[in-house]
Amino acid sequence: MSVLYGYGGNVLDIDLSTRRVSKSQLDRDFARQYIGGRGFVARLLWDLIPKGADPLGPDNVAVVASGPLTGAFLPSSSKVEFGAKSPATGGYGDSNMGGHFGPALKHAGYDVCIIRGASSTPVYVVIDDDIVQIRDASHLWGKGSYATEKALKEELGDDFQIAVIGPAGENLVKIACITHDFGRQAGRCGIGAVWGSKRLKAIAVRGSRGFPVADPAAMFKKGKEMFDIIFKLPGFKEWTPYGTAEITDWCNKSGVFPTRNFYTGYFPHYQQINGRALRNSIVTLDKGCFGCPIPCGKYSHVNLPQGLARVEGPEYETVALFGGNCELSRIEEIAFANWLFDDLGMDTISGGNIVAFAIECFEKGIISEDDLGGKPVRFGDLDSVIHIGKLIANRHLVGDLLAEGVKTASAHLGRGSEHFAIHVKGLEVSGYEPRYAAAMLLAYMTCDVGAHHNRAWAITYDIAVGRDKLEGKAAKVVELQHLRPLLDALGICRFPWIEVGFELRHYAEIFPMITGSEQTWEELNTLSERIWNLTRAFWVREVPGFGRSWDRAPGRFLADPVPSGAAQGKLLGEDIAEQLLDEYYRLRGWDEQGIPKREKLLELGLSDVACALYE
Amino acid sequence: MALQTISDRCSGCRLCQLFCALVHFSENNPAKGALRITGIFPDPGQYTVTVCDQCGLCAEECPEEAIILKDNNYVVLKDKCTKCGVCVDVCPTQSIFLREDEPAAIKCDGCLECVPYCPREALQPKEV
Repeated sequence: MSVLYGYGGNVLDIDLSTRRVSKSQLDRDFARQYIGGRGFVARLLWDLIPKGADPLGPDNVAVVASGPLTGAFLPSSSKVEFGAKSPATGGYGDSNMGGHFGPALKHAGYDVCIIRGASSTPVYVVIDDDIVQIRDASHLWGKGSYATEKALKEELGDDFQIAVIGPAGENLVKIACITHDFGRQAGRCGIGAVWGSKRLKAIAVRGSRGFPVADPAAMFKKGKEMFDIIFKLPGFKEWTPYGTAEITDWCNKSGVFPTRNFYTGYFPHYQQINGRALRNSIVTLDKGCFGCPIPCGKYSHVNLPQGLARVEGPEYETVALFGGNCELSRIEEIAFANWLFDDLGMDTISGGNIVAFAIECFEKGIISEDDLGGKPVRFGDLDSVIHIGKLIANRHLVGDLLAEGVKTASAHLGRGSEHFAIHVKGLEVSGYEPRYAAAMLLAYMTCDVGAHHNRAWAITYDIAVGRDKLEGKAAKVVELQHLRPLLDALGICRFPWIEVGFELRHYAEIFPMITGSEQTWEELNTLSERIWNLTRAFWVREVPGFGRSWDRAPGRFLADPVPSGAAQGKLLGEDIAEQLLDEYYRLRGWDEQGIPKREKLLELGLSDVACALYE
Repeated sequence: MALQTISDRCSGCRLCQLFCALVHFSENNPAKGALRITGIFPDPGQYTVTVCDQCGLCAEECPEEAIILKDNNYVVLKDKCTKCGVCVDVCPTQSIFLREDEPAAIKCDGCLECVPYCPREALQPKEV
């Protein structure tokens, strides 16, 4: 068989129930049809998870997959995708992570690692090139993310790259994340809880084999050109010192900064928590992912009455969700909350949402002091964030309910709390307030894992062309939902493109040099559309009654005008949201319930999926 | 000139390792790079990037005289190296190593090609 360039070439299949490890070659057609990363995850979840599987049961399958550009010589080629049926939503779940784990897995020869079944005792997996072992993790169970990773580095060696879960994952908290490299996360969709349900504490990998490249000399030349261009872009020097927190000012000036449980879009203290406050007060190291010339990781050190914290971050989403949304007005406090949630192993986006939701419930008398163990909570108070965070991670008191996410919690609590439970499909909303930003609102409504920003970060488009303008917005969201997730399939970071202004054509040019494939950028985008329809089909198959109502924005976004800031008094409202959805479904070739039409699935080469949905 | 590293600037991206492997082996495999990066996390949170400082101890001790000084840098002669490992044992900075799939020990030969591609300017030429 000829060499499959651009890939590690192997699929690792680990069954934790039987403790059997098997390996197979990566199929060439599969690679060409689903690219890698997110595409591999989408197809494997569809194929391997039995319909109706409990997300926290042994039938769920966790998949880790890199892409053809992961670990290759080009800027920011660090990305890897973690997937499973999401316990947070019950639907399709994946989460993307940088750092060094993906490149190491690929350099060890694996594009995909499938984890099935469940162990009866805690385990971790060691992958050292050809050698794969399932080992006892009793000594690690119960440990925080930092202590776990440190212990494994000491046990195995510093050259292992390690992905772990914290106590929240062990406790099946539905916002539990995967943590790696002391500060990189696959944060969203509760994949950490899936690992926890399988009693998988960690995967450690060391790769020393590299992978075959179709034309190494051409890749090397083109890769150097790409770095040369980035070094000269103004964004290279502007973004590096501040990381993603750089956009805090812009979000506040635009009135899209989530504040007080998305009550408004402007936080008056934003200059105390922006990129400059971060850089000037607490950053000790610029920490980079594999091959990244623009290290957005800001390693920080804070010393507060609550304790010491060394944490990678806060990055923008954490600034938004703990800063504005919980109203912490000092960057040091946000960093501490960031550290705590990282150590407990919880997503800071969903975490900042749930904490703010709980505080609002307490303010409105929906949650009592007793529910909180006798401690009153309030916005703007680090101790409240710490308290609620620990309740959630340990599933104590009302934390047991909050650990299910704001959708389930509000359904249980009632009394109007559904209105300010800020989620779509059960996944809490990221750090951009979209009530007066039509494309961003639609992007959240239709994102294929729930309300996540990264599939279509359309907020800049809204502001560039007019926030309440509707024409072209649905089309833009569709375009971005193919383009941006394509990077997650290829295994590269969007930072050079979106933030620094590096042109995408360079990736199109280097792709054939690495893979030897003649697929054009347009063809890859069509494959990305196929992946998008496949993840939608997964929802249709797995969620009884799935349809239009699942694409609904939170009540607060549809009914309450923005009370302050640049968007004061503005609201697009329910009718416009529905109108956007109609247009979006039409452009996608989906019916009025948002179900992909048979013709659309056939057109995209998903005939088996069409059969499953329509027969 | 030889290569020196300034660890305080290193972000741990490992681009230098990959770059080195491509220059010397035309392989996309950072494990074949002659630089070594270690991190100390979570406390204090810093990287160290290490590379041969051309002290010459390996050349002195090599029983095959397979390491010679060339333009101020010690280089391994592939046809003479027997991979006996004496150089690895004596190296004070663990900057020379052996691999099963390479016929000779690997170390920095001071080519300096990586220097302009370190995004952090953590790699610099130095007079020797």
